[in-house]
Amino acid sequence: MSKLSQKHLLGIKDITREDIELIFETADNFKEVINRPIKKVPSLRDVTIANVFFENSTRTRLSFELAQKRLSADVVNFSASNSSVKKGETLLDTVNNILAMKVDMIVMRHASPGAPHYLAKHINANIVNAGDGTHEHPTQALLDTFSIREKLGDVSGKKIAIIGDILHSRVALSNIFALQKLGAKVMVCGPPTLLPKFIKHLGVEVEFDVRKALLWCDVANVLRIQLERQHIKYFPSLREYSLYYGITKKVLDSLKKPIIIMHPGPINRGVELSSDAADSSHSIILDQVENGVAVRMAVLYLLAGATA
Amino acid sequence: MKSLYLSPGMQKKLILDSDLLDLTISRLCQQLIENHNDFSETVIIGMQPRGIFVADILHKKLEKDTKKEIPLGYLDATFHRDDFRRREIPAKASETRIPFIIEGKKVVLVDDVLFTGRSIRAAMDSMIAFGRPATVELVVLIDRKYNRELPIAADYVGKTVNTLTSQRVLVELEAQGHKQNKIWLINKD
Repeated sequence: MSKLSQKHLLGIKDITREDIELIFETADNFKEVINRPIKKVPSLRDVTIANVFFENSTRTRLSFELAQKRLSADVVNFSASNSSVKKGETLLDTVNNILAMKVDMIVMRHASPGAPHYLAKHINANIVNAGDGTHEHPTQALLDTFSIREKLGDVSGKKIAIIGDILHSRVALSNIFALQKLGAKVMVCGPPTLLPKFIKHLGVEVEFDVRKALLWCDVANVLRIQLERQHIKYFPSLREYSLYYGITKKVLDSLKKPIIIMHPGPINRGVELSSDAADSSHSIILDQVENGVAVRMAVLYLLAGATA
Repeated sequence: MKSLYLSPGMQKKLILDSDLLDLTISRLCQQLIENHNDFSETVIIGMQPRGIFVADILHKKLEKDTKKEIPLGYLDATFHRDDFRRREIPAKASETRIPFIIEGKKVVLVDDVLFTGRSIRAAMDSMIAFGRPATVELVVLIDRKYNRELPIAADYVGKTVNTLTSQRVLVELEAQGHKQNKIWLINKD
């Protein structure tokens, strides 16, 4: 089988372990492609993709655009800040207008959880969710787990701690689904106010002490404090958060064991991760970014190729 | 050379067995040596997914006969195929491993079966990413006559077979986990 079970990539929740493995195998091949002297293949030559971003993004958008260009797709970019959305157009109208211009795929980021799911019910094009509010960010989880697999050989049986602002994080939820589907053990760690109340029901371990979490895990995926989504105070100050939950090189060295540090970016240096930790040999943050392009190429290739 | 034919009524026919395959491989190697002398400017590239096994066999024998190290690579042309979005399921890619630059080299491209010629076209397209070769030659174990869709011909042919589109060439090699080297021509029900 070399076909995904879904027509869209809306969330990791909807796809199977076999889907994830197929994406990984395809991404392996694309990683080889993007390390060639000529990094481009003609696969998506007659495919037009619209990147529709209703929320800010640098890394994800750039990564998607590079993936699309390396696959020879035609790309149009749309951002809500300078569009008719400001004039009161609905989401469905906006997207339908884009599709009327003969676009085959939509890569969308939106602040509302479920926005891509809503679109998928109403339009015919393939949709890739590039982040919907605090819900899911499937390609990020795929590139995170792909990076773990690359570094440790396998994800199954490994212990991964997700540390930080779990409450506002779509990366956390998608990662939990992906890691569990691949057979990893997952722990979430953060101040009680930043952990969702019923997160235990997802089958993850909960830890409030970051040192204990680091001692337990093989990989720590450190998340950013999303101040832009925090409308009330969840902790007294960033300085205090950094004191209790910030990860430094000193803390990592004191563990006296191998550990991998990941971060989906953007890093708030000195808050959740100190500079010396982010730039240390433990960190695979830049590998994540490189793998992001290969993984997104794989997703786009597999979705665009399945015409039945 | 006499070519082989399977009538639509029969189920399958053996095209090459182990002994004949050895002879064929030896002949192909001799022909290659004739044209490539000491292989100093030549590289061998096997096509994924099945041509690599033939390339391995040829490469091993050529290195033994010439006592030279000859670069060997594997090329996957999946992303350069012209039937993307024209088939229901995207073709599955395999590993490309070409740890050398083919700029100015004489490339010997190896595949198991030459049929429509479309994968060879894709292969030549994808090869460009690794440099501009001086020449490209094609070696195939089996040439299926009368089925070409593109103006492509092999330079070295193991065996020519007359086939219908409804038939299939099945290559079973020991390197692929089969008990014996056998190549069959079969009627797809």
